Amino acid sequence: MDLHFTAKDPTTAERDAVDDVLGAPLDRTAVDRAATGQYLRAERGGAAVRRQRHLLLPALLALVDRVGWISPEGLDYIGLRLGVAPAEVYGVASFYALLALEPRLTRSVVHVCVDLACRMAGGVDEQRHRYEDSDTLVVDSACLGQCDRAPAAMVTEPGAPARHRVDAREATVIAQCGEASLTLLRRVDVIAPTDLDAYRAHGGYVALRRALDIGPAAVRAEVDAAGLVGRGGAAFPTGRKWAAVAAAPGQPHHLVCNADESEPGTFKDRVILEGDPFAVIEAMTIAAYATGCEHGWIYLRGEYPLARARLEEAMARARRGGLLGPNVMGRGFAFDVEVFRGAGAYICGEETAIFNSIEGYRGEPRTKPPFPVEVGLFGRPTLVNNVETLINVLPIVADGAAEYRRLGTVGSPGPKLFCLSGSVRSPGVYEVPFGTTLGGLIERAGGLTEGRTLQAVLIGGAAGSFVGPEQLDLPLTFEATRAAGTTVGSGVVMVIDDQADLVDLVTRIAAFFRDESCGQCVPCRVGTVRQEEAILRLSVGKRQRHERAHDLEILHDVGQTMRDASICGLGQTAWNAIESALTRFKLFPEDAP
Amino acid sequence: MTSQGDEATPRSVQLSVDGTVVTATEGDSLLAVCRGLGVEVPTLCYGDTLTARNACRICVVELDGNRTLVPACSRPAEEGQVVHTDSARVRTSRKVVLELLGSSVDLSLTKGVEAWNERYEADPSRFGPSAAPAGIGERDRRVTGEHHHADPLTAATVAQPAKIDNPLYVRDYSKCILCFKCVDACGEQWQNTFAISAAGRGFDARIATEFDVALTDSACVYCGNCIAVCPTGALMSTAEFDLRGAGNWAPERQHETTTVCSYCGVGCNLTVHVQDNEIVNISSPSDHDVTHGNLCIKGRFGYVNVQPPRRRVKD
Amino acid sequence: MFGAGGGTSSYQEVVESDLIVMWGSNARNAHPIFFQHVLRAVRRNAKLYVVDPRRTETAQWADLWLGPEVGTDIALANTMARVIIEQDLVHHEFIERATVGFDTFAASVAAWTLERGEAVTGVPAWAIEEMAVAYARADRAQMCWTLGITEHHNGTDNVLALINLALLCGHVGRYGAGLNPLRGQNNVQGGGDMGAIPNRLPGFQDMADAEVQQRFTAAWNHPIRAQHGLHLAQMFEAMDEGGLKALYVIGENPAQSEANTAQAVQRLGRLDHLVVQDIVLTRTAALADVVLPATAAWCETEGTVTNSERRVQRVRQAVQPPAGARDDIAIIAAVSERLGRSLGATDSEAVWNEVRALSPMHRGMSYERLEALGGIQWPCYHEDRLEPSFLHGRLWATDPTERGARAPFSIVQDESPVDQLTADFPLRLTTGRRLDSYNSGVQSGAFLSPLRQGETIDLSPHDAETLGVTEGDLVRVVSRRGALVAPVRLDRGLRSGLAFMTMHFPDEVATNDLTIDALDPKSGTAEFKATAIRIERHDTDPPAAPAVDN
Repeated sequence: MDLHFTAKDPTTAERDAVDDVLGAPLDRTAVDRAATGQYLRAERGGAAVRRQRHLLLPALLALVDRVGWISPEGLDYIGLRLGVAPAEVYGVASFYALLALEPRLTRSVVHVCVDLACRMAGGVDEQRHRYEDSDTLVVDSACLGQCDRAPAAMVTEPGAPARHRVDAREATVIAQCGEASLTLLRRVDVIAPTDLDAYRAHGGYVALRRALDIGPAAVRAEVDAAGLVGRGGAAFPTGRKWAAVAAAPGQPHHLVCNADESEPGTFKDRVILEGDPFAVIEAMTIAAYATGCEHGWIYLRGEYPLARARLEEAMARARRGGLLGPNVMGRGFAFDVEVFRGAGAYICGEETAIFNSIEGYRGEPRTKPPFPVEVGLFGRPTLVNNVETLINVLPIVADGAAEYRRLGTVGSPGPKLFCLSGSVRSPGVYEVPFGTTLGGLIERAGGLTEGRTLQAVLIGGAAGSFVGPEQLDLPLTFEATRAAGTTVGSGVVMVIDDQADLVDLVTRIAAFFRDESCGQCVPCRVGTVRQEEAILRLSVGKRQRHERAHDLEILHDVGQTMRDASICGLGQTAWNAIESALTRFKLFPEDAP
Repeated sequence: MTSQGDEATPRSVQLSVDGTVVTATEGDSLLAVCRGLGVEVPTLCYGDTLTARNACRICVVELDGNRTLVPACSRPAEEGQVVHTDSARVRTSRKVVLELLGSSVDLSLTKGVEAWNERYEADPSRFGPSAAPAGIGERDRRVTGEHHHADPLTAATVAQPAKIDNPLYVRDYSKCILCFKCVDACGEQWQNTFAISAAGRGFDARIATEFDVALTDSACVYCGNCIAVCPTGALMSTAEFDLRGAGNWAPERQHETTTVCSYCGVGCNLTVHVQDNEIVNISSPSDHDVTHGNLCIKGRFGYVNVQPPRRRVKD
Repeated sequence: MFGAGGGTSSYQEVVESDLIVMWGSNARNAHPIFFQHVLRAVRRNAKLYVVDPRRTETAQWADLWLGPEVGTDIALANTMARVIIEQDLVHHEFIERATVGFDTFAASVAAWTLERGEAVTGVPAWAIEEMAVAYARADRAQMCWTLGITEHHNGTDNVLALINLALLCGHVGRYGAGLNPLRGQNNVQGGGDMGAIPNRLPGFQDMADAEVQQRFTAAWNHPIRAQHGLHLAQMFEAMDEGGLKALYVIGENPAQSEANTAQAVQRLGRLDHLVVQDIVLTRTAALADVVLPATAAWCETEGTVTNSERRVQRVRQAVQPPAGARDDIAIIAAVSERLGRSLGATDSEAVWNEVRALSPMHRGMSYERLEALGGIQWPCYHEDRLEPSFLHGRLWATDPTERGARAPFSIVQDESPVDQLTADFPLRLTTGRRLDSYNSGVQSGAFLSPLRQGETIDLSPHDAETLGVTEGDLVRVVSRRGALVAPVRLDRGLRSGLAFMTMHFPDEVATNDLTIDALDPKSGTAEFKATAIRIERHDTDPPAAPAVDN
């Protein structure tokens, strides 16, 4: 491409960081000098270069890892290597919160979580101050997915290699550790996460062996019969999705494991990925086998450095053990997986935004239809499943659909993971059968923090809704929550006691959506701003009755329009939790003093 | 024009629009179907030479069986669809979209907005007085993920000074509704220059060069194809900008004539916009299959040599 | 080509092709909107091959770029032909049915082994082979070229070498496959269509054809002299010999655009009488005995032009011309009147209808229809239908009568550029256009282009280092014909030994003082693309550039 670059040459560190991702370039000047007549006589380019664009975000992350920010020189160098114009590289880089485009010359950068669970845990301000020193840059961050260990912060020290760590409260990984009733969590904290032998000794790779024995069609039939539905929030029947991908014309098919859980209050994928990475790899292998995919991607949120390290290690061991690669289990099936690291964008949990993000574009959702099963990653039929959905496949295939359906209800079969946080004695991930009541689940987590009474529960995260104490008997199933006007969503159960400031939480949710909107469509881009402005006005207090009525009307109209007319689930749900707080809790009564 | 192509003939489908049953070609957009029926559907980000970007959401219609409204511009017609273009839900969404845009962007040069505001009873002032405009480059420096704290008693806007950094055109992003048409025209769909991109996120998203460098330091080749697709006057030739600034822009004294460019052998059609016997702008018809509305720097700006003060016949 | 001078495909066919070769064409800069069609094809996964000594903006889009030595196009094409024949990738059926001379041609390229091709062109054998195989295997392949092919002393042979490749593979006469010269000016094609070539009447009709002569004689009430005229270069030669004493120049600036301008200006000076008709007072007009101020054809007159896909389109008057400037047709009619003969109705539509009456390929193109259809490709024989968008479909007909004359393979030999590289003149200078400028700058010089940087001598970074000069340094560029001073610009798209200039700023830097007027005997085009030069350091300030007053 006839690209135009203005910046000077990158530093050695910048060049090395990018070359580590893209491979060493041909040094034209050296070639020129060495072979003067033969310089520049033929050169490949075009599609071969453009096909590498999926390395754009990894290269940007590599720069930030190495030198802390993306300089104009570094940005140009990436564009030059990948055949992407600098304006486009800038457009992509400026989409992500973990990428910096202004100099960050401190030794470390700390992302302090200011989201719901960490606010309730108290001390967001103390957290900010705690890291303040001349060599540290402290920035606010949306939910870091450490709500069971709140308050949390992520510390990054650029270098070769960069060091990432998460600072959070010490806590047991899972309270149910070792319980016989567990299916999905049975190995977590029981075995060493990346010990392949231990994984196999605890039932690992039984499901894949059976899958390869019974063949792809039978695997799909088993998943369909199990009545598994997606656990990411949209609750789409998994069997139908698999059948559609398997039947889609056009090769290759792609598999994407959505591990970008960024919904405030959600951290179950992290617990699985950190505690049982082989389970995710095995489940992906089965899914790929059943749907004709050759390549799998784990789109992992950038805030999970430990999960990334464990996954990479587990994948390497699986490859050595012949469980990934050209000939899985010696059965002639080829499949491999790579981890694709996100860079700080809630929207990239949206399935089509993932595609754009992997392909090296801004993580904006795409128009549907066409649906991913027809036109997905790189324009190919693509299966996107969330981490929890995938690991449910293991018991289904290993033990059969009938056995799986013994748990849960008819409409919501199987086990479910819930993320308990907020005002409970033992926050964490809990595995219970569908149908467990909300109150029962809270009891499972030790009940409310001592001395507190229940004000509300946020179910489903920022995109979910607040319910009151009267809903403690609500059975947690898709059908019952829907009937009650709420949602299982991604399994968030955030307990809010009487001392928590609901207005503060609602204000934070409004700010969250404003910050995380991708900006593509008008209802969400401007609507989230108007929503936040109205909430802030209402929370000031000293507003006249007619002014409050006016603002409530704005919230309602804007909320309805975001729900009806936004492109994707982010905008469509940006009003959910706020609406529930307003209607169920009369948060800003029109007739307030 | 040619007498033959090689595309396969698509199927025809039947659907209903506001109760009228209509036969359409499968894959045609609902927008095309509506327009074929004479049903007015407002559009802003839609461009007849570009893939529907589906960003402004003003063209939403209600489609039975769908949880949300759907954009008419990019939803293909299918057998058996039941479409409502003027239901209460549709009217509310269009009204609020107009209000959201009208309260945050200068739509004074956007065609159709006044009539639509009236039709949908949109009141962009309902969100309160507008916030003060941003300073030069301020919006370009916003950091993604960093919460922008603003005064909730005023409505945030994209108001900012116009960017004037080259002799050929002006970028006034106070008028930008972020329809992405300029990005698509500059990028993959036509020009493939990629001088500009959407940058940032959410309300801070903007059209920008890399690091907001001046156009003269960017990859821009001044084809002006971005101007051609801009629906709001955010992008404008300097000639037009200066005439407007001086109060001398007079559409009622203008006429347009389509002719052929003299700068190479490709045969691009030029629509010459003339006011008082002076060329004030050049565009190209978007429905002509040599240019599809696109031109190069010479075609769009190279008319100066025939302008009055330049040529004089000496006796 | 095979009887009609025009590109064989429509632009839309380029969009729908599978492989496109741009040979000696920097269309990204010189034909930007045509290149948009190419890029649409690329976005639809068509392969793009670019052949150009420079790694141009166009070449940077290529899946594979080949950078041969200047003037080795025939060697490259013949080597490709041998690969295609050797690997049996030829289209046997097409060759048998529709062509003549294959065996002789095959024998003529037998010596062009990949090794020899690489040695002569400098392009690695693997690249030549890859392009040859890809071109031959493509279902629909387009071969497009521009002045990089034609502005050589053997430009016509260069074109024939490319046509040979299309004939070998059957890449002509079908939808989506074709041979397309891109025209440099808006009515180069139209000028040819109208008979402004020495041996043709309007509609490419052979003036030696008795029926044609009769038709024109009857219409014009004047006998047609069946005598070939002179082409441009022959005219200039004839000025030397005294065979040409008067010249009427319409809309051309040979005093700056001819190769070896010093000689061209000298020759113009020998004329008894020079008439120049133009929209501005060009350098050539300044030499004239009579200057006829004309209107700008594209915006001050009515008429038609023909583009590179043979599409005849209407130009229309958008503005009133300056006082005293007159329409070209009106001027010609008035001159004719003074010479004692009225041309009759001279509004543009009347003239056009006369064309339609005399030229069968234009017959179906009424003004009304041109308006309604946004232009029409020739041939258009009938008012009620259109012909296919591509030419030479007849070659694929099974019926020999319908198929008509066979397309001949041509035997073409590799010949080095006339201006040879020696120790005194070691660098190869080639010329071309920049995006924002046009020819001698008469039209494009007036608008404020942010891209414009004036004339430069572009060198490879390696040569600049060897010469001890850097970006912006003034150097003296010397050829066997002249010398000039220009600032250096470094271009990483140039290899060592190759230099580049434009001819856009002749008032400041007269590039054509350097170029050679070695001619292609068939087309009369000069070898602008291959000049031998040397670079000398120049340590004084340049004279201040005179202001351009058009």
